Amino acid sequence: MSETAQSRAVPALSLAGLLGVWAVAALLTRDPQLLPAPWQLAAPFWAELRSGDLLYHLGMTLWRVACAFVLAMSIGVALGLAMGRSERLDRWLDPWLVVFLNLPALVLIVLCYLWIGLTEVAAILAVSLNKIPNVAIVLREGARALSPDLDAMARVYAMPRGARLRHVVLPQLAPFIAGAARSGVALIWKIVLVVEFLGRSSGVGFQIHMHFQLFDVGMVLVYALSFIAVMLVVEWRILQPWERRVRRWRAA
Amino acid sequence: MAHPATLGAARAALAGGMIEVLVEDKRFGGVQVLGQVAFTVAPGEVLAILGPSGVGKSTLLRIVAGVDEDYTGHVRGPARRAMVFQDPTLLPWRSALDNLRIVHPALGADEAQAMLDKVGLGDRGAAFPGQLSLGQQRRLSLARAFAGRPELLIMDEPFVSLDAATGEEMLALAERLIAETRPATLLVTHARAEAERLASRIMHLAGQPAVLRDGAGP
Repeated sequence: MSETAQSRAVPALSLAGLLGVWAVAALLTRDPQLLPAPWQLAAPFWAELRSGDLLYHLGMTLWRVACAFVLAMSIGVALGLAMGRSERLDRWLDPWLVVFLNLPALVLIVLCYLWIGLTEVAAILAVSLNKIPNVAIVLREGARALSPDLDAMARVYAMPRGARLRHVVLPQLAPFIAGAARSGVALIWKIVLVVEFLGRSSGVGFQIHMHFQLFDVGMVLVYALSFIAVMLVVEWRILQPWERRVRRWRAA
Repeated sequence: MAHPATLGAARAALAGGMIEVLVEDKRFGGVQVLGQVAFTVAPGEVLAILGPSGVGKSTLLRIVAGVDEDYTGHVRGPARRAMVFQDPTLLPWRSALDNLRIVHPALGADEAQAMLDKVGLGDRGAAFPGQLSLGQQRRLSLARAFAGRPELLIMDEPFVSLDAATGEEMLALAERLIAETRPATLLVTHARAEAERLASRIMHLAGQPAVLRDGAGP
């Protein structure tokens, strides 16, 4: 088997193996209420898709993920960059970062809901606050690794701030931003589900909450797997192509 | 022509793109690296500063270039500066042509292409620096320096670690570009032959802390 064929076949076989384990477990359990077999999810999935509920709730969750992602990335990148460039600022803000990094996600969510109310703003803010410290820490490392030679070059040639940021600083930070973005999306969508579970009336998390109370394992799985599929598409169609594009100069 | 870096009484003395450097004291930690270092360079003149490695030549250049502002003294001179670094110091994620145009936004596409032609990289405009040989990267770095028509050109060991043929080619190219643009040029090197070839005047940096003496030194 050739190298590329193998690199494509292995993940597919591995996923098929997981599906096999699930099917065997379902057959052994012999209780579709507790663990339906993979093919038993097809009918409820189709019904949910046709009624429009699935798409509506997936859309709401995706919208919250996008808002929290943009907010967490922009604040985290700015904070990390500033902390990596200024030792003084770093000394002052580092303890805050450690506190927020060790604050359990659940505590932040509950506090946001209690203080702001059960609103969309509270939900998105809670998710963002959970992610900002991670982004800031990754980007701080990136800012510390910025090349002093390129910095000197930009100063000698008096490059304007905007051009310096766009052509000198951000390309150096791109691998760090990509890393923070990918781990960020994975973390954010999980926290968004918790936020919806606790205090929203729409979204995948809300649906899982409802079907959890009805002991409907099948629907819980339908919603969870559908959203995993959406996030895989985001990874393959958006994040990975973007990363390849910014890395083009390395491969050339 | 405006000279934002020259102020008050100094302006008259520095008419016409003259650069005046006076460093009285430069320290790293508690250690004094540079003592009294004073010189002027006129437009079209090439001043070479010779000295052993580690004596503080690069430190002096960083002060003249305006990159290091933590010293006692002053540097007065034209605002349009360019520097050729020891390493090419290009933007590896931008094409050769973009490396010129991003650093010099006023440069038109045709002018940038003409500059690439001049250093023999006319057909490599779309290449990323990583696709160029070290000699080609050095030439691109020269092109970037001259593309802004600098009034002050600073060269920090620009021909170090090149083989003899490439080094000679670079030297001839630099000679030609300097003759054409006529900036006030400050060249730092430890190779006397290089200095004698390019420079109209040679000074010597030596001692601990380092001070500047006329002539090529001992």
